[in-house]
Amino acid sequence: MEFEPVIGLEVHAQLLTNTKIFCGCSTRFGEAPNSNTCPICSGMPGVLPVLNKKVVEYTIKMGLATSCHINNINTWARKNYFYPDLPKGYQITQFAEPIAEHGYVDVEINGNKKRIGITRIHIEEDAGKSIHDENQPASYIDLNRAGVPLIEIVSEPDIRSAEEGVGYLRRLHEILVYLGICDGNMEEGSFRCDANISLRPKGQEKFGIRAELKNMNSFRHVHRALEYEIKRQQYILESGGHVVQETRLWDEAQGVTHPMRGKEEAHDYRYFPDPDLVAVHLSDEWIEEIRKTLPELPLAKRERFVAEFDIPLYDAQVLTASRALADYYEEIARKSGKPKIASNWVMGDVLGHLKEDRLEIDESPVSAHSLVSMIGLIEDGTISGKIAKEVFEEMWNTGKEPGTIVEEKGLVQITDTSAIEQAVDDVLATNPTQVNEYRQGKEKLFGFFVGQVMKVTKGKANPKLVNDLLKKKLSEG
Amino acid sequence: MPITESYRLIAAIEVIMELSTLTIHELQRMLREGETTSVAITESVFKRIEAVEDKIHSYITLTEDLAFQQAEQADRNMQSGRGGPLTGIPIALKDIVCTEGTRTTCGSHILENFIPPYDSTVVRKFREAGAVFPGKTNMDEFAMGSSTETSYFGITRNPWDLSKIPGGSSGGSASAVAADECIAAIGSDTGGSIRQPAALCGVVGMKPTYGRVSRYGLIAFASSLDQIGPFSKDVEDCAIMMNAIAGYDPKDSTSVPAEVPDYTRFLSKGIEDWTVGVPKEYFIEGIDPEVLDAVKRAMQVVEDAGAKIIEISLPHSEYCVAVYYVIAPSEASSNLARYDGVRYGFRSREGRDLMEMYKMSRSAGFGDEVKRRIMIGTHSLSSGYYDAYYKKASQVRALLRRDFDEAFRQCDAIIAPVTPTPAFGIGEKMDDPLQMYLCDIFTISCNLAGIPGISVPCGYTKSGLPVGVQFLTGHFEEGKLLQIAAAYERHAEIERRRPEI
Repeated sequence: MEFEPVIGLEVHAQLLTNTKIFCGCSTRFGEAPNSNTCPICSGMPGVLPVLNKKVVEYTIKMGLATSCHINNINTWARKNYFYPDLPKGYQITQFAEPIAEHGYVDVEINGNKKRIGITRIHIEEDAGKSIHDENQPASYIDLNRAGVPLIEIVSEPDIRSAEEGVGYLRRLHEILVYLGICDGNMEEGSFRCDANISLRPKGQEKFGIRAELKNMNSFRHVHRALEYEIKRQQYILESGGHVVQETRLWDEAQGVTHPMRGKEEAHDYRYFPDPDLVAVHLSDEWIEEIRKTLPELPLAKRERFVAEFDIPLYDAQVLTASRALADYYEEIARKSGKPKIASNWVMGDVLGHLKEDRLEIDESPVSAHSLVSMIGLIEDGTISGKIAKEVFEEMWNTGKEPGTIVEEKGLVQITDTSAIEQAVDDVLATNPTQVNEYRQGKEKLFGFFVGQVMKVTKGKANPKLVNDLLKKKLSEG
Repeated sequence: MPITESYRLIAAIEVIMELSTLTIHELQRMLREGETTSVAITESVFKRIEAVEDKIHSYITLTEDLAFQQAEQADRNMQSGRGGPLTGIPIALKDIVCTEGTRTTCGSHILENFIPPYDSTVVRKFREAGAVFPGKTNMDEFAMGSSTETSYFGITRNPWDLSKIPGGSSGGSASAVAADECIAAIGSDTGGSIRQPAALCGVVGMKPTYGRVSRYGLIAFASSLDQIGPFSKDVEDCAIMMNAIAGYDPKDSTSVPAEVPDYTRFLSKGIEDWTVGVPKEYFIEGIDPEVLDAVKRAMQVVEDAGAKIIEISLPHSEYCVAVYYVIAPSEASSNLARYDGVRYGFRSREGRDLMEMYKMSRSAGFGDEVKRRIMIGTHSLSSGYYDAYYKKASQVRALLRRDFDEAFRQCDAIIAPVTPTPAFGIGEKMDDPLQMYLCDIFTISCNLAGIPGISVPCGYTKSGLPVGVQFLTGHFEEGKLLQIAAAYERHAEIERRRPEI
């Protein structure tokens, strides 16, 4: 029997606000334990939460960017459970009335577009961190993260493979980072993912019994964990067994999923409206104001680049990987008027050097403006493509403008026909044997003559002129 | 006059002369005119505390050093003309409002040694107003009770009869004001916890509109019902206290940014042409005849003061207690989850793992009534029961609120009893939670509806126990509430007795 996986993903993204969701503490990562805390986020008796408006604004952005409906009335709920790093004994979250619902993102899988539904996006606060001592039976609590704003993005069970799952995650990740509302760092936990996964016989409407997967800390983990889990469940079903509804943890080292201890998941969270927070009313005007601030999203940008600049989809994907890179490329493409050449330079030399030097695009020593100048020098024949590589190298190392470098080093291309003619004549005169061989049909030798001319002219001769003159002179004989 | 009688009279005169027996407005005038000092007032209060505290036990923690520091500062401020209405006045604080540097126990073992790192907004306001803090008053544990008997720190006795309870949960604040162990006090009212003890101790106690006074720093019992309010010796003092504590607080999202009038302006206005409603559902069987008589006399006084008395109906009143005992424990079960022994408060050292640490800390740290309510609340919120309990209760609560909206279309204020009986005996209802819960039958609806209510003394029983009468007005109509309370107080001319302790 053929089985079909049914997967839904829950993504938690940490919002890039300066302060926490319900108090004024900093959200900075990596501070000394419990230094970013106050009576409110450490759950002292008598404290009350006050909502950070930025959190709402950022979440509306994400809702709009994923085509969600934004609810005008937002309420807050308490999710009750005991855990040492949960200071109040409950998490403030949204339950009955989430901020955004009924959205979607489009994902490309092997060139095909697939639409993945988003059930809801809601706002909640993060918990702290428990650190367990390895040497003695002691645990420590760091509440720096307690009260950091999160959004939870819940997908519809529309995903049918590990590839689709990762494609969807990458799309969400990209949008969040593009919007500038999440740093997307999976290792630090700014972007986390849980999966619900079940199998059903192909063609069957009803869902099978699902397992929940946790502890996947990279796109690769998600891919491997989903693949593993699909195989695991398939094996169980094919051998006539039943999948158990449970939470399973991905073990990256062993490449398997393990069931979490049953006790830890037997929760009744006793959700109820948080009486400390009033309902938030979002006006349509404010939502529209926020909509106007949305940047062009990666997918749209990609499609536009392909159409407008006539570059391959692959190039467009690489060049839109981040907003800063896309802006960099677009400036060069537009100002140089040579989008294809611009794309070759950015994808090849710029990205290569960035990678080598471990720099981000906004740290590039070669500005978009300089690269435009350099392409201009190639186009007007001042320098050859080969010289340009040398110039670029110099630009990267010194940050100088290409014009300056060309002048300082005397790299201007020789376009004076008589000067080149002289060089060609010299080369032909000093290599009579090769000239004869060529004329007798050994056309491969043409490259030899070009090389010799270039050598004589120290590479500055315009290659096209060299070609033309050589052809002319050799056929004359 | 027999000799014993004349001695009594002299003793009484001496008591009256004592500064601790005076009101805020009386002391304010004396301070302004240089007739006394805050240090003298504070000395008088502590002398009184020394004399009666052993018998009454109004306080969990006395802060004498702090009080005298504050009094000295207040005197300096008065001298340099920087005094306000509360400068130099000793105000007792219910041990439920957080005080930076002074332990705040909420009447519980679990917070026995808890010293808050911050001030509640009301406390900050009092500090800024130059008030003097003699100490933190006794209360039912986490404000759960109507007799102050559930306190981990022992019971408080009613100054009018030491064999009786003072009411609760703010029993210590009520008894401290009644016994002149402070000039005024702060309490909190979730289902009657200010008005009921005020009535049983013969003082004025007011619960403001929900959202009128910041709850920031008030240790939460039931967040949608809790409200801080004053205890005072008369209605004028109540208005002065309200001026100091009312107002929007950006730290409390449920506080309301509505304008706060000068409440003392309402005191002399009178209630001619007012219509005052008497809810027929509040005159039930089982109400003590002496209480009934006193309240009926109060109705007559209101009429004599120029108001028209009409009968009104609050048809959902019978559900009040049931609704309250679902909503309040539900919220409490969640609010009290933070007392887990992890970050502060009592932690049992016996647990071998996390679960045991939780269980043992909470089992030993909370008293029976608190545990009872946590269980009721946890049950009411559980999946499968939520709709039948919490959700249903919330729906009925909306109906109750509508009852009052309807009523206030017909009348300016409502008059009602505060409690069905005068102060009862210590231990009398401790074994019967349901009887205890019924103590709040006339006060709970006000919290559920979020409206303001006040209890004003309206007489004494034959055995000399005080009785209170309750007035209620619409949302944010504290001005009108003080107006009718003051008019009543003026016309009633209730003899101003003092408890003999």
